[in-house]
Amino acid sequence: MPHELVGLAVLAPLLGFLINGLAGSRIKREAVSGWIGSAAVGLSFAIAVALFVDLLGRPAGERTIVVTFLRWITVGSVDVWFAYLIDPLSILMMLIVTGVGFLIHVYSIGYMHGDPGFWRFFAYLNLFIFAMLNLILADNFLLLFLGWEGVGLCSYLLIGFWYDRKFEKGTTGDAAKKAFIVNRIGDFGFLIGMFLIVQTFGTLSFQGVFAQAAGMAAGTPVVLWITLALFLGATGKSAQIPLFVWLPDAMAGPTPVSALIHAATMVTAGVYMVARCSILYALAPVTMDVVAIIGAATALFAATIGLVQNDIKKVLAYSTISQLGYMFLGLGVGAFAAGIFHVMTHAFFKALLFLGSGSVIHALHGEQDIRNMGGLRHHLPLTYRTFLVGALAIAGIPPLAGFFSKDEILWKAFSGGHPALWFVGLLGAALTAFYMFRLVVLTFEGEKRWDATKHPHEAPVTMAAVLVILAVLSVVGGFVGVPASLGGGNAIEHWLEPVFAPAAGVLLEAPHGHDPVEYLLMALSVAVAAGGIVLARKWYLRTRGVPEELARRWKPAYTILLNKYYVDELYDAGVVRPLMGGSEHLLWKRLDVGVIDWTVNALARLVAWIGSMIRRVQTGVTGSYMFIFVLGVVAILGWLLLL
Amino acid sequence: MSVPVAYYLGLSAILFVIGVAGVLTRRNAIVVFMCIELMLNAVNLTLIAFSASLGSITGQALVFFAMAVAAAEAAVGLAIVIALFRNKQTVNIDDINVLKW
Repeated sequence: MPHELVGLAVLAPLLGFLINGLAGSRIKREAVSGWIGSAAVGLSFAIAVALFVDLLGRPAGERTIVVTFLRWITVGSVDVWFAYLIDPLSILMMLIVTGVGFLIHVYSIGYMHGDPGFWRFFAYLNLFIFAMLNLILADNFLLLFLGWEGVGLCSYLLIGFWYDRKFEKGTTGDAAKKAFIVNRIGDFGFLIGMFLIVQTFGTLSFQGVFAQAAGMAAGTPVVLWITLALFLGATGKSAQIPLFVWLPDAMAGPTPVSALIHAATMVTAGVYMVARCSILYALAPVTMDVVAIIGAATALFAATIGLVQNDIKKVLAYSTISQLGYMFLGLGVGAFAAGIFHVMTHAFFKALLFLGSGSVIHALHGEQDIRNMGGLRHHLPLTYRTFLVGALAIAGIPPLAGFFSKDEILWKAFSGGHPALWFVGLLGAALTAFYMFRLVVLTFEGEKRWDATKHPHEAPVTMAAVLVILAVLSVVGGFVGVPASLGGGNAIEHWLEPVFAPAAGVLLEAPHGHDPVEYLLMALSVAVAAGGIVLARKWYLRTRGVPEELARRWKPAYTILLNKYYVDELYDAGVVRPLMGGSEHLLWKRLDVGVIDWTVNALARLVAWIGSMIRRVQTGVTGSYMFIFVLGVVAILGWLLLL
Repeated sequence: MSVPVAYYLGLSAILFVIGVAGVLTRRNAIVVFMCIELMLNAVNLTLIAFSASLGSITGQALVFFAMAVAAAEAAVGLAIVIALFRNKQTVNIDDINVLKW
């Protein structure tokens, strides 16, 4: 089959965006707008499947295809093309993005029903898919960056989608701006990384850079700086410490947006980018340690905050940050395939959880506080069951998807010689199980705590069908990565092997084979997950008052967690206020008004003063003008005569 | 026999100096104006004198140009004087000092 079809896969969502964006207000029927948007992404998914089948039919060594379309920029010796790279990694990401993206488009037809901005919503979603496909299919850093910025823009537009609504202390527009500005800090790192790459390698294409990098010695300083700068970009886009603060606020957007952009796809862009540059990271052991430590720290840090949040979407948001931390932990210990595996399973179960929470919010007419829920299992049986599957998957209960991917990461961390990081990850896994089941119990079980005037109803068929499909994927999605120790083939690792082979060659090979410790660790993580679930059910369902009692006894700790470690306040006091204050009092009132404006005004006054002095020469008396004129003539004549 | 060219030049110089003195000393704008004409004609006389003595037509041609320009200048100048008089009821140039800031 012609691989140029990949161009159509990228352009189809753009076409959907143009149709809905330009003519959407004239399309009177919601269904038309919604299905145009969904069909565009569905077409991309179909092409992704076709390309995947094509790659499957090739030998492992020939699964890298570059499709070149046209020259974009030529600067000096640097050539940048609109070229797409089809290889096992990008096709896997493409399947996730278009597949989950298509499901969420269909879900949105039901969820956004009756919204005045219905067509605008689908236009933005299509634009997002277009940008995301550019990001993952790009053959060079600049095209990747184009997609990177594009998804950031769509994230901004969709967080602020309900621009007239209040959100926490401000409006959704404030949340959108926060996301955009925090991402700018990360993008700064990405740009610096690209500049260094151009300077060092003289090219931006992946093949060119990675081929040259493969010949370099491990620990080369410039590679260290490149990878650190790129990782700063990843911490912004993928919401890691220290730039994670925008993601919880991003929940101001509609729930399908939270599911698609802020859980399943866009936030994994950083993970994808690091995995794509695996050879560069493998050459910088220091950066690898930084990535692993940041990942593990974020995983635990966000999980502790998730324990006490009361907004259903906030809990899921912190859970997303925590799971992204696991992915980076995997990348940092050299288990690139395991990181990408977790991207995939996480896309399934986190999209499911978000869409399930959307179904709950939909049923309760916008209620998001879990203290005002409870007992919904009888009213929303399908949502309850699918949500439960998602919660079990993220908690890491075998044989659901989350178990295999998370355990693979933890095992690789342990066997790679990072037992401390493994322990942090294990602790995070226990907390994950606990807060997820706190959420399940408070939302769906126990007695109802919502108004009797509300009549929760099960979601329409487009939403319900999507929940079921994602639930099935959350159950079976892990079977592509069953480790050899459990008798599986770990298909996904073998599939991604050609992409990560150069990096694996640099890194020390982890011991293969059957290690009894692996079974022990596996049992341990299942045990802590089960313990977390049991404890959550016990505290929030059977014996009452324990959480309140704990909160009373550990009041300082509880307050800190409830306020998210005061990170927002810290950034506000440490960064935002000094910047705003400095801009206002120093840059504006002193530098701009006091120095620049003053200098310009002083120059003008000087010229005016000199003019007022010199104009006295002009007496206006005609006689004196004539006298001076004659004097001038005599002077010129005298001068001519003397010569 | 012809008059030596130096005579013409002497007369011309005298006329010119009278013109200059008039322009610098007289206060009536009309008189100043007439003095300017006097200077122009002094120059014309010089041109004619050289033209005759050198046997060249160029000087005479130039004089015709000068006379044509002088006629135009007289028209403009008198118009300015009339306009001034209408506004200021005077043609005394000491009272006319509006050509300043």
